[in-house]
Amino acid sequence: MNQLEIRDLWASIDGETILKGVNLVVPKGQVHALMGPNGAGKSTLGKILAGDPEYTVEQGDILLDGESILDLSPDERARKGLFLAFQYPVEVPGVTIANFLRLALQAKLGREVGVAEFWAKVKRALELLDWDEGYLSRYLNEGFSGGEKKRNEILQLLVLEPAYAVLDETDSGLDIDALKVVARGVNAMRGPSFGALVITHYQRLLNYIVPDRVHVMMDGRIVAEGGPELALELEAKGYEWLRERVKEEA
Amino acid sequence: MSEADLRALGEEYKYHFVDEVKPVFVAERGLTRRVIEAISYHKGEPEWMLKFRLRALEIFQKKPMPTWGPDLSGLDLDNLVYYVKPAEVRDAKSWEEIPEEIRRTYERLGIPEAERKVLAGVGAQYDSEMVYHRVKEELERQGVIFVAIEEGMKKYEDLFKEHFAKVVPPEDNKFAALNSAAWSGGSFVYIPPGVKVELPLQAYFRVNTPEFGQFERTLIIVDEGAEVHYIEGCTAPMYSTESLHTGVIEIVVKRGARSRYTTIQNWSTNMYNLVTQRALVYGDAFHEWLDGNLGSKVTMKYPSSYLLEPGARTEILSIAFAKTGQHQDTGAKIILGAPHTSGTIVSKSISKGEGRASYRGLVKVLDGARGAKANVECDALLIDPESRTDTYPYIEIEEDTAHVGHEATVSKINDEQIFYLQTRGLKEDEAAALIVRGFIEPIAKELPLEYAVELNRLIELEMEGSVG
Repeated sequence: MNQLEIRDLWASIDGETILKGVNLVVPKGQVHALMGPNGAGKSTLGKILAGDPEYTVEQGDILLDGESILDLSPDERARKGLFLAFQYPVEVPGVTIANFLRLALQAKLGREVGVAEFWAKVKRALELLDWDEGYLSRYLNEGFSGGEKKRNEILQLLVLEPAYAVLDETDSGLDIDALKVVARGVNAMRGPSFGALVITHYQRLLNYIVPDRVHVMMDGRIVAEGGPELALELEAKGYEWLRERVKEEA
Repeated sequence: MSEADLRALGEEYKYHFVDEVKPVFVAERGLTRRVIEAISYHKGEPEWMLKFRLRALEIFQKKPMPTWGPDLSGLDLDNLVYYVKPAEVRDAKSWEEIPEEIRRTYERLGIPEAERKVLAGVGAQYDSEMVYHRVKEELERQGVIFVAIEEGMKKYEDLFKEHFAKVVPPEDNKFAALNSAAWSGGSFVYIPPGVKVELPLQAYFRVNTPEFGQFERTLIIVDEGAEVHYIEGCTAPMYSTESLHTGVIEIVVKRGARSRYTTIQNWSTNMYNLVTQRALVYGDAFHEWLDGNLGSKVTMKYPSSYLLEPGARTEILSIAFAKTGQHQDTGAKIILGAPHTSGTIVSKSISKGEGRASYRGLVKVLDGARGAKANVECDALLIDPESRTDTYPYIEIEEDTAHVGHEATVSKINDEQIFYLQTRGLKEDEAAALIVRGFIEPIAKELPLEYAVELNRLIELEMEGSVG
């Protein structure tokens, strides 16, 4: 049961249903991609997994290693090992990355983390991301460029070492070099004790983070699944092709 | 959250303890000529000072209560005790000379330990009198004076008379008049030309008697090219009846000197804290006010800098935290009275529950202050829907070449920030506390470390269980 499982999930915001019966499984040790056109509900799914109180879950369940997390608060989900890299990371003025990361790590581990232990972890992550130590004393995302914000999300991922991560359009707004750096960070996490769902609109990111499986979402449901070749096919033929195929099948 | 933080959360307001101290003299209630004469007698003052006090009493009696600010109707001036002499000893040079019950209080507050570790000198006032004053010998040798104000008046009469009540005259406002009539305790500080005092001097004010008024008076003279940082801290036990703290702080910053005055008041929430603080800043000198108002029922305090000669500069940083039952009416005043003077005001306030924080400030550029520059930034953070903040910025410019900027923001704790921090494992109230800490960080980072830690602990304590 070592997996992140989404079971017949229906969810709405302000009375509008966005997710209409999503079924998806990401086993630990694998990296899956979630693709789909704009407005398909990909980012909504990410936020609901993390527990965003703005959305109402109408039906279905989310299971982390076989245990429902639907009734848990966002911080309880995080402490159980779920991580969401935001599409639009939030600015928190006056809170340095170093201070915040250490608090988050302590919350995750449920114990005091010494300065030495913390620095060892952070240093390794910074090196991997080609990032300057100076960023640690910057305020959380304040005045960051889009690329810096995304890199900061991956820094948190590397330091907090969650069991499961959902990366919401981490590639959007990145140039090719930044994209490679982000991919390097995610790939470094890959291994038997880590599962990830990489949400992306384009196949570009998947050249660098090669997924074990690809799921395609349209209008709030998963409409296609396959290996990495599905992403390439989508890139070549476009989402319209898939939309037609789904219609024909229906 | 660390174990230490958890412990702090359990402590609540940790200064509430009442000390078992029997004073040696307590004046009758109310402020009368007789009471003033008794204060003067107990201090063995020169005649001119008694005259000054009596003149101030008349001014006090004539001036109406200010009605432009917070509600002061709960303050019964006739029912207060204006002078309590805690012990025969005054201005001891070692803690051992102080009666044990009083000494124990300061030990509980960690003062002797801080003195050994991080301070250049300590003064301690208990109710009406300074019981302790000591400055490091090395500084004494360089001519630094740090004594109780009464000792300053007697031992350094000329220097004292040259400046006393010249920065804040009794006519300034009703409470300055009250202090001038009833003053007792406070520090007299003199830093000789060119002497740089690297560690801070700290005065610690404790009120123990209920329905009492504390009227400390501090005079600081920083001579040419000298440097000093003076810190004032305040606590009191919680009583059900109101008390009053009315200080007057006068600072003279001579040419090329630098000074900083830091106040962290954490009075119990039955205290009216009505204080006048002013600095006269001369050519190319720099004065900084760092003002933290966390406690008290009502605070009215607007540290002010008068920039009197070219190149004088000032910075006023202010933090206020108002909870239910508190009104923090705080701010700053800068008078730019000479060419190329400049000043900055940064004010951050947090209102929680039904607390109310008001910013009240004045920037005035006098005619002829060519190229004077001032900037005001005040930011308010509201925690709850019923929290309140007001801004009263007054700007008066008589000089065409001056530049004065003003920026004000009001924000609420943002749900997206809370969610973001929660997805990293922080509980909702921890996330809120972190956002509040971030909000005041630009000022908190200027504080001495122990104060910054204390401030953070206090905010965590205040924010616990405050959301969700």
